[in-house]
Amino acid sequence: MQLGTTQIEDTFAEAFAMWGTRIIVTAANLDWARVAAQSVTGFATSVIGCKCEAGIERELTELETPDGRPGIAILLFAMDRTGLGKRLVERIGQCVMTCPTTACFSGLESEHQVSVGGKLRYFGDGHQASKKLGEIRLWRIPVMDGEFLVQDRFGVQPAVGGGNLILCGENDAVTLAAASAAVAAIRTQTGVALPFPGGVVRSGSKVGSRYKGLPASTNHAYCPTLKAVVPDSKLGAEINCTLEIVIDGLTEASVRIAMGAGAKAAARPGLTSISAGNYGGNLGQFHIQLHSLFSDGDKP
Amino acid sequence: MSLRLVLRATPDVPVEADCLSPDRLSGLSIAEIERLPIFHGNRKTALADFFSVSGQPGQKIHMQGDLSRIKHIGTGMSGGEILIDGDAGQHLGIGMLGGTIEVTGNAGDWVGPELRGGRIVVRGNAGHLVGSAFRGSAVGMTGGEIIIHGNALNEIGHCMRGGLIAIGGNASDFVGVNMLAGTIAIFGSAGIRAGAGMKRGTIVALQGLEVLPTFSMSCVYHPSFLLLYLRHLRNSGLPVADSHLTSAYNRWCGDAVEINRGEILIPTT
Repeated sequence: MQLGTTQIEDTFAEAFAMWGTRIIVTAANLDWARVAAQSVTGFATSVIGCKCEAGIERELTELETPDGRPGIAILLFAMDRTGLGKRLVERIGQCVMTCPTTACFSGLESEHQVSVGGKLRYFGDGHQASKKLGEIRLWRIPVMDGEFLVQDRFGVQPAVGGGNLILCGENDAVTLAAASAAVAAIRTQTGVALPFPGGVVRSGSKVGSRYKGLPASTNHAYCPTLKAVVPDSKLGAEINCTLEIVIDGLTEASVRIAMGAGAKAAARPGLTSISAGNYGGNLGQFHIQLHSLFSDGDKP
Repeated sequence: MSLRLVLRATPDVPVEADCLSPDRLSGLSIAEIERLPIFHGNRKTALADFFSVSGQPGQKIHMQGDLSRIKHIGTGMSGGEILIDGDAGQHLGIGMLGGTIEVTGNAGDWVGPELRGGRIVVRGNAGHLVGSAFRGSAVGMTGGEIIIHGNALNEIGHCMRGGLIAIGGNASDFVGVNMLAGTIAIFGSAGIRAGAGMKRGTIVALQGLEVLPTFSMSCVYHPSFLLLYLRHLRNSGLPVADSHLTSAYNRWCGDAVEINRGEILIPTT
């Protein structure tokens, strides 16, 4: 299948069942909300090394936040519900509560909830106070610029992690441009986050390693410098650079939509092909076929 | 489709009608509703002696007439809606657990005593002891909302331990007396001795008030939780000005005769 001059390989992205949540960080202005959001989503690229994956979903206007201040929606994912709760407490406690003027709210209605403010409140050392407005309990924790306001419980839900596209180009310039275009297109979608720096990962990994105890190692089949070295290279002679875009989403549908939007935006002359990472279909619960992302109108 | 109750004539002494709630009336026939006992003074009588009953019994009750002498409407109701097209008598929504009561006119004393949940809206004025504890009881309102668009009299939120009371107009004396927790917002003026004996909780006095000497000034700041409350009250039709949302607030802590963990918030502008 072709998208213009770019071949869409007949393969699938192997994605995993995770748990996800949306948190809303507000502040006196968007700059401070962004600072807190960048801190929350920093060092959250892969569950392998960071225990969670997170990304900024989008900026929110004053009309979209619970307290009428500018804010940021963040998506955060972990392998299980308990772990997600722990990561929320760690990251909101260390990255939002510490940031001037911020407040933090759950941005997801769900039957599943985890305690966040209910744990962070103890930082108040007995001076914390709660408020309950309707069915929502909030904690007011005294801090040095006034109070940190955080919601008691956050909604969490089953989610999908590890949707991906592997962009294979003739050179690094065109591949990077394609990746940037894909990221921009994906960031217009809701319900998805791109956890890697700038939304792009250059060190895509495979499961396992020749070194004992290392759970993941470089995806040698997609490393252009190893084309002449490894027998199972996936790269043709004309491919000299590959970049991967990893997509986590609150639903499989949101991941599929984001993958399709990313692939369409990436396709261009010089981008030889778009592939996807999988493990033979034996590990992940979701197999997202690249060809299934496109409607008949997109197909040649 | 709602059940319609129209008062035939204003009683000469108060009528106690704690059967007037969706919990009690839904599932009954019109004839059964008409036979329900109420008390006219100390005399037991039937509902039909004072009300004409029509419509469909269910989760909605529409009452019409000058009900200022009809007491105990909505007692203990757990859901549904009561619309009172006119005034309502004392003890409206005693111990209510859920649902909504709306009064287009005025309400008497004791609106929402010991409320547990749900919502009471009074478009006009209310009497004394909105959301309060009964005499001798240690705890008043513990949840839900009471919105009075007009004025209210003394002891609003007496012994209140949770929930929200908002007064769109003026409040008289002893707002939040012996308050344990919860939030009271007064958009007009407030009388003397607000927060006397309060342990915890919040009184927001948007036009200021005379703070008792047993309260101490803590700081001037922007309480972020208040933004949520004020936006909610604006959506409920109360006169929240933009300045209320942007202003810094003086935080007074008290009452020092108790554990000093309550607060009175007064905007600086």
